[in-house]
Amino acid sequence: MHDFVFPAVALPESANLLRHQVRDFLKKERDAGTFTPRKNSWSDGDAEFSRKCGQAGYIGMIWPKKYGGQERTALDRYVMTEEMLAGGAPVGAHWVADRQSGNQILRHGSERARQMILPKIAAGECFFAIGMSEPDSGSDLAAVRTKAVKAEGGWKISGTKVWTSSAHRAHYLIALVRTAPKEEDRHAGMTQFIVDLKSPGLKLSPILNIYGAHDWNEVVFDECFVPDDMVVGEVGGGWNMVTGELAFERSGPDRFLSTYQLFLASIDKLGEKPDARSLNEIGRFVAHLTTLRRMSTSVAGMLTKGEKPILEAALVKDIGTAFEREIPEILRQLIPSEPMMDDESTDFDALLGMSTLKAPGFTIRGGTREILRGMIAKGLGLR
Amino acid sequence: MSDIKDDLEKTIDRICDEHCIKEVFMSSEAGVWPKALWQALEELGLPQACLTEEQGGSGLSFEEAMFVLRRTAFHAAPVPLAETFLAGRLLSAARLKVPTGVLTVSVSHANDNLQLAGSQASPTLSGHAHRVPWGLSCDHLVVVANRNNESYVVVIERNEIAKSSAKSVKNLAGEPRVQFDFENTQVSAFAPLANAKERLLCEGALMRSVQMAGALQRALSYSLQYANDRVQFGRPIGKFQAVQHMLAVLAGHVAASTAAIDAAVEVSADASDPFFIAVAKSRAGEAAGKGAEIAHQVHGAMGFTREHNLHHLTRRLWSWRDEFGNETHWQIRIGEMALKQGADNLWPFLTRL
Repeated sequence: MHDFVFPAVALPESANLLRHQVRDFLKKERDAGTFTPRKNSWSDGDAEFSRKCGQAGYIGMIWPKKYGGQERTALDRYVMTEEMLAGGAPVGAHWVADRQSGNQILRHGSERARQMILPKIAAGECFFAIGMSEPDSGSDLAAVRTKAVKAEGGWKISGTKVWTSSAHRAHYLIALVRTAPKEEDRHAGMTQFIVDLKSPGLKLSPILNIYGAHDWNEVVFDECFVPDDMVVGEVGGGWNMVTGELAFERSGPDRFLSTYQLFLASIDKLGEKPDARSLNEIGRFVAHLTTLRRMSTSVAGMLTKGEKPILEAALVKDIGTAFEREIPEILRQLIPSEPMMDDESTDFDALLGMSTLKAPGFTIRGGTREILRGMIAKGLGLR
Repeated sequence: MSDIKDDLEKTIDRICDEHCIKEVFMSSEAGVWPKALWQALEELGLPQACLTEEQGGSGLSFEEAMFVLRRTAFHAAPVPLAETFLAGRLLSAARLKVPTGVLTVSVSHANDNLQLAGSQASPTLSGHAHRVPWGLSCDHLVVVANRNNESYVVVIERNEIAKSSAKSVKNLAGEPRVQFDFENTQVSAFAPLANAKERLLCEGALMRSVQMAGALQRALSYSLQYANDRVQFGRPIGKFQAVQHMLAVLAGHVAASTAAIDAAVEVSADASDPFFIAVAKSRAGEAAGKGAEIAHQVHGAMGFTREHNLHHLTRRLWSWRDEFGNETHWQIRIGEMALKQGADNLWPFLTRL
């Protein structure tokens, strides 16, 4: 049975210094009017802000210097990300590239892909989307049907990806594609490709979400050509690569801070002397948040040591996303409000409305709650 | 796990496997002091684990002592180890000598109104102590009393306790709790200690949290074992997704509360940190309620019997979550701390360590 232990991590002095640098950076940008805090969560992006993050060295921090990185530790990066999210910075444009795509390219990409792409990501000028889900393949990733056929000097991809976040704003997509027919081992025969989103043979159309925003896309591949050196890792080794990166993707502060700006707004709204019930609920949220931070930094510590805490990450995401979903549900009962559609203000009501509308996605994106609990159960020795 | 903790775990498991058996649980609920169990712990100096070596301690660190407490709670050992630790730490803080033997404290309660009176040469204690765990089995009782708005740590010996007006009750776990009404009871030692009430409340909350971590861990392992063993519809119930997901949630509560408790233990060796203790006690209390519910649901009727051992854990969880401040008590305190910081300073406050 897996133990699920989250040992303490001492943040290095470099991380504490960095924390204050990021705070100063955000204060300067806020004062200059670059962004309005309280409005953003990590899925909200601003290309110009991402470029500034790149200039400040806040993207690709853990990568080698020769690819534009800073050669810092996962703990340094952890502190940078939590400061960005707590500060309400619009980091959405570069988030996926920094959190996972760049790491995959660094570990498994060709030398040409590394040299061509990583420095641009680190500069905040190159954004990525994730092409995993398909009409018949959501949680069951092995059901992927989009396929690549060998061609001269590369591969031709045909098929359809859906719910592809920000593909219309990104430069590249990493697509998980079948390169061999499904066999007994249904996880074999899948390969990841870096697809330039300006390639011929690609057609993007918006899929609007429940509040009418265009974040998702349908991406149709029609014999879209991808050169050999844009294959990520071994042909047929896509599954292991995707699951191997899950610890990076699932354990970070983005899995419990999505409604932190709303939480801060509630503190403003409640003032210093609210009733006992409000104090109780606010206190409970702070207790949960403090605990989640402990667990999440612990996972970052394991990553720094080169461990693969995939199960711990699944646990953090399950608890963390439940926490961030609960915040609007409880706050609306403490502070009577009637949120309206299309309210662009930073009023509590507007933030509450947006959080309520976004919340269903928290426990679906990046692995549904049910998939995570299945993994945890397996780790506990069930099945 | 460190070598020392590994050794401690093996030792405590050995003692408890021998002594925490059905007959002992039954007799201790009937009010019989589990002498052999306490003696086995005493032979290894474990009741003194929280003391420094010059006070007669065994040289364990505070974290190691808390590990001892957690592991005895894993076995639901029906002895006042936490209480002996609490009394010892309160006495040391007040620079009083720590007596050997079974010690206990009064669980903090709003109705407590103990007053220290009498002369310096012959001090006495009067007033109500709401809940004293193992109050009639201990060698010494340590309480916090007031005199002229100053707080004192006060020691009462067994003979004097026996003469006091006492009402014995049992908590939900069947552990003894005694209500005392003292009237000019002879005091054997006392010393002033600033903030003694708050200190006892915080340390008590921390130790109950540590105990809950141990009990939760055992409730999880019983549940996993049962889910893998119990066959229904032709397969172990642990194969059913509904059961798997319940157990995953239980494991989440165990892991999260343990993480919160570890964090509180790490900062509380010398002086307790009310914020981290509040986080630990409230998170553990929530995990206790939700976790016990799941553990029982997984065990079905079998876990609801007197025969199965699960209730020794769950009844303790239901008792311990209420003592030394329940979730609401501590969450309100956290809420007050958070709102005092305000929205702009909350994040720096949360990341200060």
